[in-house]
Amino acid sequence: MNALVTLDGPAAALLQADINTDIIAPLVRGQAGPQPAGIRSDTELAQRLFGPWRYRADGTPDPDFVLNQPPFDRARFLVAGPNFACGSSRETAATMLRAFGIRCVIAPGFGGIFRDNCFRNHMLPIVMDWPTVQELGDAARAGIAFHLDVAEGTLTVAGRPPLHFALPSFRRESLLQGRDEVELTLQRVDAIDAWQKRSRAQRPWEWTSASRTIG
Amino acid sequence: MSTEATLFDKLWARHEVAELGEGFSLLHVDRHVVPDFNGNAFTHMTRRGLRVRNPELTFSTADHSVSTDPRLPDPLQADNPHLIALREGTRRFGIRLFDLREPGHGIVHVITPEMGIALPGLTVAIGDSHTCTHGAVGALAWGVGQGEIVHILATQTCVQLRPATMRVRLEGTLPAGTSGKDLILFLIGQLGVSAGNGHAVEYAGSAIDALPMEARFTLCNMSVEWGARYGLIAPDETTFSWLHGRPYAPQGSDWDAAVADWKTLRSDPGARFDREVTLDVRDLVPQVTWGNSLDMVAGVDGCIPDPSSEQDSARRHNMHASLTYMGLRPEQSLAGIPVDRVFIGSCTNSRISDLRLAAQIVRGRKVASRVRAWVVPGSELVRRQAEDEGLAQVFVDAGFEWRSPGCSLCLGANGDTLSPGERAISTANRNFAGRQGPGSRTHIAGPALAAATALAGAIADPRDYLP
Repeated sequence: MNALVTLDGPAAALLQADINTDIIAPLVRGQAGPQPAGIRSDTELAQRLFGPWRYRADGTPDPDFVLNQPPFDRARFLVAGPNFACGSSRETAATMLRAFGIRCVIAPGFGGIFRDNCFRNHMLPIVMDWPTVQELGDAARAGIAFHLDVAEGTLTVAGRPPLHFALPSFRRESLLQGRDEVELTLQRVDAIDAWQKRSRAQRPWEWTSASRTIG
Repeated sequence: MSTEATLFDKLWARHEVAELGEGFSLLHVDRHVVPDFNGNAFTHMTRRGLRVRNPELTFSTADHSVSTDPRLPDPLQADNPHLIALREGTRRFGIRLFDLREPGHGIVHVITPEMGIALPGLTVAIGDSHTCTHGAVGALAWGVGQGEIVHILATQTCVQLRPATMRVRLEGTLPAGTSGKDLILFLIGQLGVSAGNGHAVEYAGSAIDALPMEARFTLCNMSVEWGARYGLIAPDETTFSWLHGRPYAPQGSDWDAAVADWKTLRSDPGARFDREVTLDVRDLVPQVTWGNSLDMVAGVDGCIPDPSSEQDSARRHNMHASLTYMGLRPEQSLAGIPVDRVFIGSCTNSRISDLRLAAQIVRGRKVASRVRAWVVPGSELVRRQAEDEGLAQVFVDAGFEWRSPGCSLCLGANGDTLSPGERAISTANRNFAGRQGPGSRTHIAGPALAAATALAGAIADPRDYLP
């Protein structure tokens, strides 16, 4: 279900700085051929999330890693450290989190491409200042459930006043309605046609040079 | 309100199809290139009954998934599932695919400028984070995730949040033995891996003005590694000379009209940036990383710092973790650390000038017996040119393996991989833990340092090998 209206559940905390996309969404490495192709199932995506930290060398789950520990193995939220998901553009950094069940990540800052990938997958990345994030991390570790209300723009930790976060209205509507971005943009086809027509007239070399064969 | 605009402002304004409010714009994508790890995008297009709006603005190549073994029984790698999907998808949607062995094939960020696909003033979007490379020609270029690829194929547009602007002035003449790679590693070491977050960066200053074109690609390539999604250099005569005559560049009177426009693509003298930084690079030393974050870097004549003297606790934690993973000690000298592998390649440093630099150092010398060293040219045209110039023979005579074009050991997910515990010098762009294979230990550096290290069998200063 794509719409994100409210979210309730445990929050996992991983507050190290600069957690990169190779940790969050590892490629299949070290084998003789390329990593597997094709669209992966949610089960497989969920299983591969945080692979380098989640599994021991022998492939068994590391009991000391937060996502392997109840109740965080059912986490709906992730409280993360500065510059979370820096590195690659790979969308699996978002889709693996989502497949695991996490649809809201709170951090002092994100890799920019990851942030966009979250919204595309109807997930919400929230930027909050580092002291607040650290307090949320404490609450998360204590097993206190989080509650997200997208329409209200609030994140509530049980027993405390709601925290307000900024969210552009265009993003909020997109989450609440779960609408697909391609369909939304195709409604603007007239504007795209008009832009291209102007561009062809003003800078024709940008268009004629595009259809060339190599000698 | 000032009418003075930055280069970024001009490029953004030119490409805005619609304003979406609160800083978001729908931007036109002038050039879109699809590398092989994004073959699923075509499957999604078919499932959703979508057509490609502008196939003539769309290109494709195979780089991340391919083997670079030059002795494969099937050089076209017909069994590779990523290539099967890519060949089928590009055929179905009428998209030009630069396939293995063809002129135009190679690493996406090498062939896109090489073919003249990226040009000044254009927007370029690619499903790979190092798309910022193409900002070096004065294009507005950014990396996107796979879902965005479907959006671009179907609409030829992309929603972007307008970033803040930053100008980094790099001043001074680069000393002998240093290159664009040392420049960007030094910058990241000085500013940190998140200093560019939320910014479009323009690189300027005397060091940039004097920087050869391919070194500009190296510099812009690693913009994303310090958080800047867009990294720009205003086009100039260096840019125009390099682009002239390339297959997809304008020709004849189109060329003259284009250059007249391209000369306007620079920041106005009075333009204001949200942040300005100046770095003096006169005393630049060849750089090499020691940890698992790119700001864990130092001059090759220096030492690994002591984490306990780091004030920031998060950074201190990460430094300790890196030293443990990398098997290194605080205050250890970088020069002399023994290595097992050397990789000269990747979208950062696999162009002809990188290979000439490395060849200059290894000519007449031998790779140390403990080292397995590879040179992976960035494209089919680079491969052929290197062979014609005799560079390939120089590498082979020295004991390097001369490979076929592809991303190869940069990411260890295509069969080219390090064994656990192996220590490598790599001219790629990421030193994350396990990047080149589980348990692999990656040091990032430029091609000259990589070449010197291959000869010495240990991290070495390339300045010791120059005439």
